[in-house]
Amino acid sequence: MSLPISITVAQKAGPKLTATALGVVLTVLVALPLLHLLPADSAMYVSAYTLTLIGKILCYCIVALALDLVWGYAGLLSLGHGLFFALGGYAMGMYLIRQSAGDGLPAFMSFLAWTELPWYWYGTSSFLWAMCLVVLAPGLLALVFGFFAFRSRIKGVYFSIMTQALTFAGMLLFFRNETGFGGNNGFTGFTRILGFDITAAGTRAVLFLATVALLVGSLYLGFKLARSKFGRVLTALRDAENRLMFCGYDPRGYKLFIWVLSAVLCGLAGALYVPQVGIINPSEMSPTNSIEAAVWVALGGRGSLIGPLLGAGLVNGMKSWFTVAFPEYWLFALGFLFIVVTLFLPKGVIGLLRRKSS
Amino acid sequence: MPTAVCRFFLFLILLLPLASHAGDAADFAAASPAKQAKLLESWAAAPDAARLPLLEALQQGRVAADSDKTPFIENAGRYQAVEGAAEPVGSPRKLRLNNRLRGLIASAMASHQLLADDPAVRLAAARHLQKSAKPAQLGLLDARVASEENQQVRDALSLALANLQLVDSNPAVRLAAVRLLGETGDPLARTRLETLLDPAVENDAGVRTAAETSLAQVKRKLLIGELLGQAFSGLSLGSILLLAALGLAITFGLLGVINMAHGEMLMLGAYSTYMVQIAFQKLAPDYLALYPLAALPVAFFVTAGVGMALERTVIRHLYGRPLETLLATWGISLILIQLVRVLFGAQNVEVANPYWLSGGIQVLPNLVLPYNRIVIIGFALFVVVLTWLLLNKTRLGLNVRAVTQNRNMAACCGVPTGRVDMLAFGLGSGIAGLGGVALSQIGNVGPDLGQSYIIDSFLVVVLGGVGQLAGSVLAAFGLGIANKILEPQIGAVLGKILILALIILFIQKRPQGLFALKGRVID
Amino acid sequence: MRATPLPEFMLEPAFDPAGSSRDAIGASAVAAQGLNIRHGTILTLEEINVSFDGFKALTDLCLYIGVGELRCIIGPNGAGKTTMMDVITGKTRPDSGVAYFGETLDLTRMSEVEIAQAGIGRKFQKPTVFEALSVFENLELAQKTSKTVWASLRAKLSGEQKDRIDEVLQTIKLDASRQRPAGLLSHGQKQFLEIGMLLVQDPQLLLLDEPVAGMTDAETEFTAELFKSLARKHSLMVVEHDMGFVGSIADHVTVLHQGSVLAEGSLAQVQANERVIEVYLGR
Repeated sequence: MSLPISITVAQKAGPKLTATALGVVLTVLVALPLLHLLPADSAMYVSAYTLTLIGKILCYCIVALALDLVWGYAGLLSLGHGLFFALGGYAMGMYLIRQSAGDGLPAFMSFLAWTELPWYWYGTSSFLWAMCLVVLAPGLLALVFGFFAFRSRIKGVYFSIMTQALTFAGMLLFFRNETGFGGNNGFTGFTRILGFDITAAGTRAVLFLATVALLVGSLYLGFKLARSKFGRVLTALRDAENRLMFCGYDPRGYKLFIWVLSAVLCGLAGALYVPQVGIINPSEMSPTNSIEAAVWVALGGRGSLIGPLLGAGLVNGMKSWFTVAFPEYWLFALGFLFIVVTLFLPKGVIGLLRRKSS
Repeated sequence: MPTAVCRFFLFLILLLPLASHAGDAADFAAASPAKQAKLLESWAAAPDAARLPLLEALQQGRVAADSDKTPFIENAGRYQAVEGAAEPVGSPRKLRLNNRLRGLIASAMASHQLLADDPAVRLAAARHLQKSAKPAQLGLLDARVASEENQQVRDALSLALANLQLVDSNPAVRLAAVRLLGETGDPLARTRLETLLDPAVENDAGVRTAAETSLAQVKRKLLIGELLGQAFSGLSLGSILLLAALGLAITFGLLGVINMAHGEMLMLGAYSTYMVQIAFQKLAPDYLALYPLAALPVAFFVTAGVGMALERTVIRHLYGRPLETLLATWGISLILIQLVRVLFGAQNVEVANPYWLSGGIQVLPNLVLPYNRIVIIGFALFVVVLTWLLLNKTRLGLNVRAVTQNRNMAACCGVPTGRVDMLAFGLGSGIAGLGGVALSQIGNVGPDLGQSYIIDSFLVVVLGGVGQLAGSVLAAFGLGIANKILEPQIGAVLGKILILALIILFIQKRPQGLFALKGRVID
Repeated sequence: MRATPLPEFMLEPAFDPAGSSRDAIGASAVAAQGLNIRHGTILTLEEINVSFDGFKALTDLCLYIGVGELRCIIGPNGAGKTTMMDVITGKTRPDSGVAYFGETLDLTRMSEVEIAQAGIGRKFQKPTVFEALSVFENLELAQKTSKTVWASLRAKLSGEQKDRIDEVLQTIKLDASRQRPAGLLSHGQKQFLEIGMLLVQDPQLLLLDEPVAGMTDAETEFTAELFKSLARKHSLMVVEHDMGFVGSIADHVTVLHQGSVLAEGSLAQVQANERVIEVYLGR
């Protein structure tokens, strides 16, 4: 029941407050890359490490948002969004690695004594085609999987398990050396993007800004969808799919649309993640990563769009701190987080904040 | 210096005839390794029943020699002369044997065993000689084939003979040998026959054609062995999946709860086995072989206890919210994994098979069925039967089924649903613990043990249909066999992906799994 | 075995553009949707058999609903009433038998969605509304309009549609709680909301499973009036246990027993039937 209430609450309880908070966050996010361009000894200088870390978290925020669209609104808990993220990342990674390799084959292929590029990597030296792949690979996979899954009315935990198995299968496939995805190590050692030095401050700043833009764009799109009749149909579908069918709606189309959209958003996030972090490997597809994304959304608050962003930020912030300070205890903390959120915070942090403010 | 060495050798040479008078054992003890090899080869060609104890002792590494090079057989700390009744001078030292010698000893032993009274011993010996016979043994084998009464042993011996006859100078003998080899399913026969196809090796065209026919025969037989082997490993994988999925099917069917920590129950079961093993090593090393049996109840109660505790503290509050339960139990699994890592280390721990679970039965020349896997298949079926009895013949089972079908109604009838939930969850976890004991006997035991089984066992539950024992059994074995048949054809990874695709397609047809209760749709 | 000769007016296409705007349910779109009802029968069920694992839920069930008819279905528990509705709405596929909507639409070959779009609306035994949405939004979703993904992405309520929803809100007396989430309504209010959703959906055939369960007497009376006003322009099939309610609305009653029709006729005729008394009404 979060959607209409959340909207009314947001409308009544503090449109000004919400708008101000969003404005401040956005200003900071735009300022960060500009501060990175300052000379390194300046007091306001933002280090490459910080910028990369925040950029990475922003990519995760987009994933959380995409997951919220399918889970919070349509009630489909995907445990395989890491796959879509990684597919986008791999498409981008291939472009980057070929930029670095010049005219020759990527190093890992020469290492395998391959003489030719596998067919599915044709054309990846072109940035435009690589971008098409970033959208098409996760989009088509989601389309095919979703078509069959929704046709047979797989839902609830069954759907979650199937998506988890899907990402697991993907991980196994990408782990193999002979499949042409760089095996265990994945793609790394990028040097250039569109002819620019990938580690240059300017490039970093632009990539960061692109991530912010994508995040803002997805958020806008999410709000548009949530407030449209489409969003209401999704909510209805989540709560009473049968009733909706007897109203004459075909749930398959609705699910498929939001599912593919969500997968494509993840793919885009992955494509922006790779040049910033500098590596993509099959562990991004591990079921653990995807299920962690579910806890970002749960912690932030499902079906609220803003909440998952908060959740992704909080969990990943905590993770960066824990893995440095107490690496042994991070998994304990994460495990307890899963339990605490599901037991005591069914509406997430955003629910808490709203209860306080009203 | 050189003169000293010369003298020493002279001394040795003088000594030799003396030693040979003293008997085979003394010869052997005194000889150099090269000489020892020659001795063994000659013994293998002309067996003598009197040498059997010596060879046996040699095989077991119990032969020692004192400073006079008199050989003794060690027996529980006591030394007894092989020949005569000599007492050791000084403390005897064990004879050192290299691998080549060990092989020769086994071969010599086999040819001696051909004289044994027990046909089973003779058969085993003949089989051994099929692999190891040397041309020098040709005469012996020939003679034994002629005089052997037992049909089976004679067949085995003729094969061993045929192997040697492949290089006979007479083409007719070679032809007969080739034909005979065609009737075996021995992987070695294949390589031997393959070399014969080369005209440079075999100049007789008739023998070459015969070799081709025989080769085709052998290959067919090998294929059968391979297929049976795949089917067996499929059954074995299926039984493991079954043990992993059975408990899951119960908890999922009963509570509608996806227990992501179920894999960790397997892991805890395996670690319990490890602890029991250690306890046996420390407290009762004489009964160490029995530790897997003792581990069964321990693992069951440990995991059932953990399961019940989880049910009471966490899962109970999440009924009716399956997706949240999934996340919470995932959290639990993370904590359990990390806990085990902190307590036992991130490395795998060593759980050893007791003697009665190691080794296997040789069914075909290229098919060995390991005992541990056979036992686990049987054990899995035993657990299924036990679970079925528990669910269908006891009060608890009745309650569990009632709650599964209609929770509210059961509560109205006075079924203590809370207690039933707890016990059923404990039962499901306990079965996983039993599965962990089984897993510890065939694979590595490490903190990540459960993770590798969880997805597959969910697929079993999805495929088999919720709360259906028969469905789970069929789905587990079906998935296991499909996995193992696809693996050699298209590789393990593609096989897994293909199976996933097949499951998705299958669910198109039967959304409720293999076995589903039909009924009026209740909204 | 047509049950009874149909009254004269039912043989005419039930389309009356002039009187539509003041009616509770608006213009009936029977003719507009091209449903073939030449012979005056809107629903034909013949020899329907359904079994669940050996249990026969419906046995050779034959039933005809005329255009504009208000039919009540009664019968003891387990007589197959809900299963019959499942068959009509495509939720359960019959093992054998014929099910036609109008003269041409084979219900056994259509999906639930297609059946709903063709003009069969259903109210469930247990009221199911979209709990997270407001009352107004519930009606908005149910309203008769294009229901494709694309249409709903671009959908904007027209003034006419809004008026229609307001009208229905007043009819079902939920005008005051139009912005409340439907999950917070009382049981009776949910029943009315679901009826309202059927009204805006504007189907030609309404299947109503125990519509007055949980309603007060006044509400029941009001519902009876509502249904009576719906009949003639629409066909209704009402499953109900409340004999008083059945008596106040039905011109025609069918008694189901063990999956097939036991008796059919006016309420008085049925109540006088020996076998009905034996299995259902009791003495």
